[in-house]
Amino acid sequence: MENLLEIKSLNTYYGESHILRDVDLNVKSGEMVCLIGRNGVGKTTLLKSLIGLLKQKKGDIYLIGKNINRKAPHQRARQGMAYVPQGREIIPYLSVEENLMLGMESLPGGLSKNRKIDPFIYDLFPILKDFLQRKGGDLSGGQQQQLAIARALLGKPKLLLLDEPTEGIQPNIVLDIENAINQIIRDTGIGVLLVEQHLHFVRQAHRYYAMQRGGIVASGNTSELSQAVIDKFLSV
Amino acid sequence: MELLLDILFNGVAIGSVLLVAALGLAIVFGLMGVINLAHGELMMVGAYTTYVTQLVFKLPLLKPYYNSYLIISIFLAFIVSGVVGIILEKTIIRKLYGSPLETLLATWGVSLILQQFVRSVPLAYGAGLIISLVLALFIPTLFPLKIKDSINVKYYNLSAWIISAFSGVLTASWISSSISRLSRPDSRNVDVTAPAWMRGQIEILGTNFPKTRLIIILITLISVIAITLFLNQSAWGLRIRAVTQNRQMSDCLGISTEKVDILTFGIGSGLAGVAGVAVSLLGSVGPNVGGNYIVGCFMVVVLGGVGNLLGTIIASFGIGIMTDLIGAGRLLTIWPQMPLPLATTIDFFATTSMARVMIFTLIVIFLQFKPTGLFPQKGRMVEN
Repeated sequence: MENLLEIKSLNTYYGESHILRDVDLNVKSGEMVCLIGRNGVGKTTLLKSLIGLLKQKKGDIYLIGKNINRKAPHQRARQGMAYVPQGREIIPYLSVEENLMLGMESLPGGLSKNRKIDPFIYDLFPILKDFLQRKGGDLSGGQQQQLAIARALLGKPKLLLLDEPTEGIQPNIVLDIENAINQIIRDTGIGVLLVEQHLHFVRQAHRYYAMQRGGIVASGNTSELSQAVIDKFLSV
Repeated sequence: MELLLDILFNGVAIGSVLLVAALGLAIVFGLMGVINLAHGELMMVGAYTTYVTQLVFKLPLLKPYYNSYLIISIFLAFIVSGVVGIILEKTIIRKLYGSPLETLLATWGVSLILQQFVRSVPLAYGAGLIISLVLALFIPTLFPLKIKDSINVKYYNLSAWIISAFSGVLTASWISSSISRLSRPDSRNVDVTAPAWMRGQIEILGTNFPKTRLIIILITLISVIAITLFLNQSAWGLRIRAVTQNRQMSDCLGISTEKVDILTFGIGSGLAGVAGVAVSLLGSVGPNVGGNYIVGCFMVVVLGGVGNLLGTIIASFGIGIMTDLIGAGRLLTIWPQMPLPLATTIDFFATTSMARVMIFTLIVIFLQFKPTGLFPQKGRMVEN
């Protein structure tokens, strides 16, 4: 099967400091791939380079076989990449409804032609329906996370990038989020690239890549994820 | 009763000039956070557009429609100032997002350039230049993308520029040959005369209201309603609000931030042009006309709470009514027996310029206690 996302020897810098070193990685459709590693090894930097917030110095990124090296974030979003950043980045003074509508900007025709929110997200996250008129910035962290994922899904992405979706969130909402993501992969067959510290969630991914000092040092199926690897790469 | 109506009307009239002038700034400074010191000069451009339109409508060809020139000049001023603003954004301000001090200096420089431009370049040439810029910006958006794909884009753009430049030169020569007043540089102030139907007064409840003031209030009202509807209801309005609050995330969601910046700045500048039309009705138009308003505009936006349109509206009417109360010495009329020292103080401030001094002092004192203005942003996100 063709790779949905393919990265070849990606190198990214923050000013002078070399963050990502020759990263190779791929994600297939219908697959959840988890990126693990301790703090500061470059997981978030990798996701930012993928969506285009950071420009790579060397290396190639292919989305569905097309090279997207020089595309701006909004062009990548329109080609089917959705990004849920660490810290959610809800637009604070817009209502929940308007935040959701912004998710549809990446559909063909953009916001001007798509103004009706697809109700499937209320099945995934029922709480959003009660808060439609509330300001996005007034929601709690867990609610904002659900809103951010719903917003990303409304763009009908082919690849979903999730950066620590369970960080600092109460356990029952973590379960909701896990279920929602599993369900969306089953139903739509999109690919998910996930950065996660939460072992329970990591176990549900199909494959993992472990990062250390900006490079991929181990990878494989999560079913074979040994205690030694976990101790080494997951900060508990 | 009559006095109250008088105060209210004068206050609203002064306030609506302030408001229409500050509305564009509330978008450029309030929403985008760009300190644009050339905002006053964009108003001046709007005022000169009115003047040129007026003279063009005096030509035999357009003479029968002379009465409607003001309405047309509102649209023209919006487009002209908007295009000047868009070019300003594309060439200078875009490079300086996130560095307010440099923006301040650069836009101040632009304001000086624009002032000198109207002093030393004949307005006919200026009009020609504007026509070519407008055409050059709009021709590429006229044709559907399919045509663009079928011919070489380079030739396409080149021919668009050639056509625009050519029509600009034609317009300039046509205007300068038919209106001699516009064919020479003129650094003196010029006058815009309102068409006959706008002169005189209307009597309501025993008080006389000058028609020009009423027209300015009307222009302000329409601009406020239009911009509020645009920002809150349209897709582009939603995009603008998203980008102004979180640029990076909006980009990741698929919004072209570049287009949004251009549009936002264009609309803010266009509103400055509309304000220029209003200002041209109040007094003579000169290169320094913008400078008289820019400080007031910034005061209104800061007092209302940066980024808050409703605050801008309330602040400008508040300042308007205060100016009338102090400047016209109304307090003395209301309370004639007040103690002498107080009466002399109030009398001292009862001129237009001293009233401004008083108001600005009061605003400065007010901002010491509430630095975020009348209506600061509230909610969970402010605390973070």
